Amino acid sequence: MTQSIWRMPRWFHQMGSPKWFYDFGGILQPWFAVAAFVLLTWGVVWGLAYAPADYQQGNSFRIMYVHVPAAILSQSIFLGMAVAGAIGLIWKMKLAFMVARSCIAIGATFTIIALLTGAIWGKPTWGAYWVWDARLTSTLVLLFLYAGVMALNQAISERQVAGKATAILAIVGTINIPIIKYSVEWWNTLHQSSSFTLTSKPSMPADMYLPLLLTVLGSYCLFALVVLMRTRTQILQTQSGTSWLAQHRDITGA
Amino acid sequence: MIKFMLAIVRRDILLVARQPAEMINPLVFFVLVVALFPLGVSPEASLLSEVAAGVIWVAAMLATLLSLELLFKLDHDDGSLEQLLLAPYPSWTLVLAKVFVHWLVSGLPLILISPLIATMLFLPTHAVPALMLSLLLGTPTLSLLGAIGAALVTGVRGGGMLLTLLILPLYVPVIIFGSSSVAAAAQGMAVDGYIALLAAMFVFALMITPWAAGSALKL
Amino acid sequence: MSFPSSAIFHLLCTDDLACERDLRVLYSGLNFTVKAGELWHIKGRNGAGKTTLLRQLAGLHPVDTGKVLYPRHATKVIYIGHKLGLKEQLTADENLSWLAGLDGSSTQQQRYAALEKVGLRGYEENTVAQLSAGQKRRVALARLHLCKGNIWLLDEPFTSIDQQGIVDEQDWLNQHTLAGGAVLMTSHQEISLPQVKILDLSQYAPL
Repeated sequence: MTQSIWRMPRWFHQMGSPKWFYDFGGILQPWFAVAAFVLLTWGVVWGLAYAPADYQQGNSFRIMYVHVPAAILSQSIFLGMAVAGAIGLIWKMKLAFMVARSCIAIGATFTIIALLTGAIWGKPTWGAYWVWDARLTSTLVLLFLYAGVMALNQAISERQVAGKATAILAIVGTINIPIIKYSVEWWNTLHQSSSFTLTSKPSMPADMYLPLLLTVLGSYCLFALVVLMRTRTQILQTQSGTSWLAQHRDITGA
Repeated sequence: MIKFMLAIVRRDILLVARQPAEMINPLVFFVLVVALFPLGVSPEASLLSEVAAGVIWVAAMLATLLSLELLFKLDHDDGSLEQLLLAPYPSWTLVLAKVFVHWLVSGLPLILISPLIATMLFLPTHAVPALMLSLLLGTPTLSLLGAIGAALVTGVRGGGMLLTLLILPLYVPVIIFGSSSVAAAAQGMAVDGYIALLAAMFVFALMITPWAAGSALKL
Repeated sequence: MSFPSSAIFHLLCTDDLACERDLRVLYSGLNFTVKAGELWHIKGRNGAGKTTLLRQLAGLHPVDTGKVLYPRHATKVIYIGHKLGLKEQLTADENLSWLAGLDGSSTQQQRYAALEKVGLRGYEENTVAQLSAGQKRRVALARLHLCKGNIWLLDEPFTSIDQQGIVDEQDWLNQHTLAGGAVLMTSHQEISLPQVKILDLSQYAPL
C-alpha cells in the first residue's frame, strides 16, 4: 500500500523525523544514563545486601532482584519491538524500524540474564540448575524467538527489507507468546509434581518490595538508554547523505 | 478467485507428479527418524510406548520442516512466484493454495502411515484414532505456520537452517497439545479438550498465516 | 489529482517516484507519463536501477516514496523479467496454460498459435528443460501474443535471442504500439523503431 490507511497526527509525524529523534534523544540520553546508574546501583545493593532475608528461602531469594527485572524486561521489550515494527509497517516510518532493530540485542541479553539467574535461583531451591518449569521453559522459548529475529535481521542484506521482515516476525511472535506461555504452563502442571514456582509474589513487606521496584525502573532506564544510543547510531549511519546531518554540530564540531 | 487457487493447486500437483521424489522424501524421513529411536535409545516396549506419542509428533514436525523450505523457494528461483504475485488476486490466496498442496504432499501421507508407525513404537492400538485425529488437525497447522517462515526466508542464503530457527518457537504449542492428546488417549483418558485446542490452533493459524506470509512474500 | 482531457490515452503515470537500495538513492523525483502507442526505452548504466524501476511499475517492488498510477481501470500489465517465470518440468504448452490461467483462460489452439508466432512450432510438448536459452525466452514471450495486455513491461527481452528473432521481436513491439498498447523496456541493444522514446535514468540519479 502506498498510502497509509490511518492518518498520522502531526506530533506523531514529527516524532518520526530522524533529525528530531537525534536531537531530542541526545538531550534525554545522559538523563537516562544517570537514572539507570543510580536506580540500579541503589536497588541491587539494597536488595542483595541489606533487605531482610526471606524466612522460607533464606538469602538465596535475593537473586530475585536481578531475575525479576530481567524477566519483565525480556517480555516487554519483545512487545515493544513488535509495536515499533507495526508502526513502521503501517505508517512506513523508517525510524520505527531503527528503534525495533535497537531492541533486539538488549532484549535477548535480558532474556539470557533471566535464564541464568533463574537457574542460579533454582539450585538452592530445587537442588538442580535447570528444571523444566513453566517460567524457565517459556523464557527459553522467548530466547529462541529473539535468536530468530536476530538471525533474520542479519541474513537479509537489504536493510529496508530486513526491517520489514523482522517486523512481521516480531508481530507474529508476539501474537504467539501468550499461546506459548499458556501451553507451556499447562504442560507443566501435567508433569511437574513440585508446587514451588519462581514467581510467588506474596504480599511483601515494603523493604523487600522497594528494592525490586528500583531495579525494575532502573532496568527500564537502561533499556531506554541503549535504545536511544543504538537508534541514534543508526541515524548517523543511514542519514549520512542528508544536509541536516552534514551541518550538524556533532559532525562539524562547531 | 477460486479458479485462481484451483489453477495453482492443479499446477503444483502436476509438478509433484513430475518429480515424485518430492513426495517420498518427507515420508521416508518420518519413518527413518522413528526407526532410529529404538536403535538409539532402547527397544524396550515399556520405554518406547511411554515416549511414542512425543516421538511420533516430533518426527512429524521434522518431516514437515524438511519440505517447507522448498515451498516458495523453487517458484522464487525461476521467477514464477513473481508472476503469481502479479495476478489480480490477493497474495493470501496463493499462500493458501500452496500450503494446501504442501499438506497434501507431506502431511497427509504421514497421517495415513501413522498406524504403522504406532505399532513400531508400541503405542496402544486404542490411541491410534487419537493419533490420527491429532495429526489431521496438527499437520495443516504446522504447514501454515511454517509458510510464514518460508515466506520470510525466500531469497535469503542459508534459508533452511534459519527457517527452522524461526518456526520452532511457534511450533511449541502444537507439539505440546498434539503429543499430550495421544499420551492421554494411551492412558485411556478423554481427549476432547486437547482436540478442541488443536482445532482452535488450526483455525487461528488459518486466520493469521495467509496474511503474514502474503505480506512477507511481497518484500 | 485531476487529469487533463487527453488523459484518456494515459496508461501509466508516475508521481515523484523514488527508489533506495540499502543506503544509496538510485533515482528520485521521477515524473513521467506513458500514453497509448508509446514505446519507452529505459536506459542507464549497470546498477542504475532499470530493473528496479520496471519492478516498481509492475508492483513487485515496494514503493516507499512517490506513486505509481494506472489511471484507466482496465489496464492490464504483462511483466516479463530477467527470470522467465517458467517451470522447467512442465512443457511449453503447460507453462503457457497456467500463466494465461492466472487472469483468464486459454484454449490449446490459442496457445499453439502463440507458440507458432514466436517460432516454436513443433516444440509445444517439449518440457522447458529441454529447450535452449533462446527458446525458453521465446516461450516466455509467447505470452505477449496469448494474453491481452495493454502495457508490456519487458526486462532485457532480446537476451539470448538470435538476429532474426530480434528483428521479429521489434516487429511485435511495433505492432503492439500501433494497436494502442504501450511498451516499457530495458535493453542494451538499440531499438530501430521510429516511435521510441528514451528515458534516461541517470537524469534522476543523485549527483
